[in-house]
Amino acid sequence: MTVKELAEKLGMTFLAGESGGDREIEGCYVGDLLSWVMARAESGDVWITVMGNVNAIAVASLTDSACIVLAESAGLDQDAKERADQQEIPVLATEKDSFATAVAVAGYLP
Amino acid sequence: MSMLSLKYVVPGDDFTRAGEASSDVKHKLKQLGYDSKAIRRVAIAMYEGEINMVIHAGGGEAFVEISPEEVEIQLVDHGPGIPDVEKAMQAGYSTAPDNVRSLGFGAGMGLPNIKKYTDELKIDTEVGKGTTLTMKVFAGH
Repeated sequence: MTVKELAEKLGMTFLAGESGGDREIEGCYVGDLLSWVMARAESGDVWITVMGNVNAIAVASLTDSACIVLAESAGLDQDAKERADQQEIPVLATEKDSFATAVAVAGYLP
Repeated sequence: MSMLSLKYVVPGDDFTRAGEASSDVKHKLKQLGYDSKAIRRVAIAMYEGEINMVIHAGGGEAFVEISPEEVEIQLVDHGPGIPDVEKAMQAGYSTAPDNVRSLGFGAGMGLPNIKKYTDELKIDTEVGKGTTLTMKVFAGH
C-alpha cells in the first residue's frame, strides 16, 4: 500500500511532501526522541511522532522512512514543511494519538 | 584511493542547518551507487556528529573521503572537549541543555549511535581545545 492510499483509508491529510505519496509502506515506528528513532526506524516505515520540526524531516530522510505521521494534530513548522516538500517526504496529520494511529496503520502493513 | 573528497562547514547553534552536510553526503553516495545499508550508516553517524557539534561545540568542520571500499569522515571542532569519554559513550548519558531536549535531541544517544553505525571510531579530545572524531564505514559490510 502506498502512503497516499494509507492517508485515504485513515482519513489523514497531507501537510507536506505530497509528491512522495506513491511510496510503498513497509513497516511502522513510533517515537519522539530523534536519536532513538534514527537508530531504530527502518527504511519504508510509517513514522508516527509529535515532532514537527526541521530535524524530524532530516531524520525521516536519513532513515529513509516512507512518511511522517504527526499524531494528535501536532504542528508542522514552516521550515520543516519547506524541507519536506523539497525532499518529497510526505507528512500526514491525524487527530488520533500515536497508539491509536499505530493500531490503525498495522492493519495495512504487508 | 579516494574517489571524492568533500569538506563542509557545520554552523554553530543552528539546528535548522544541522544535517545539511550528512544529507549531501548521502545524496552523493547514492549517485556513486554505494550500497544502501552503508549509506544509511554513514548518514546516521554523520548526522549525530553534526548535531553534537551544534549542541556542544559551536559548530565545526566535516571532512569526508569516499573510496570504493570505505567512507572516512572526520569531524573537527574547537569546542570544550569531552572530559570523560567513557561516560559520553554510555547510552543515555547526556550533558545537553533542556532547549535541545525539547527539539528531540539530547537523549544521550549521539556517540553510542555513532559507535553502533561505524566500523571504526576514534575520538581525539582535549578539554578546552576541542574534539576530532574520525570514523569509517566499510562498503558492503
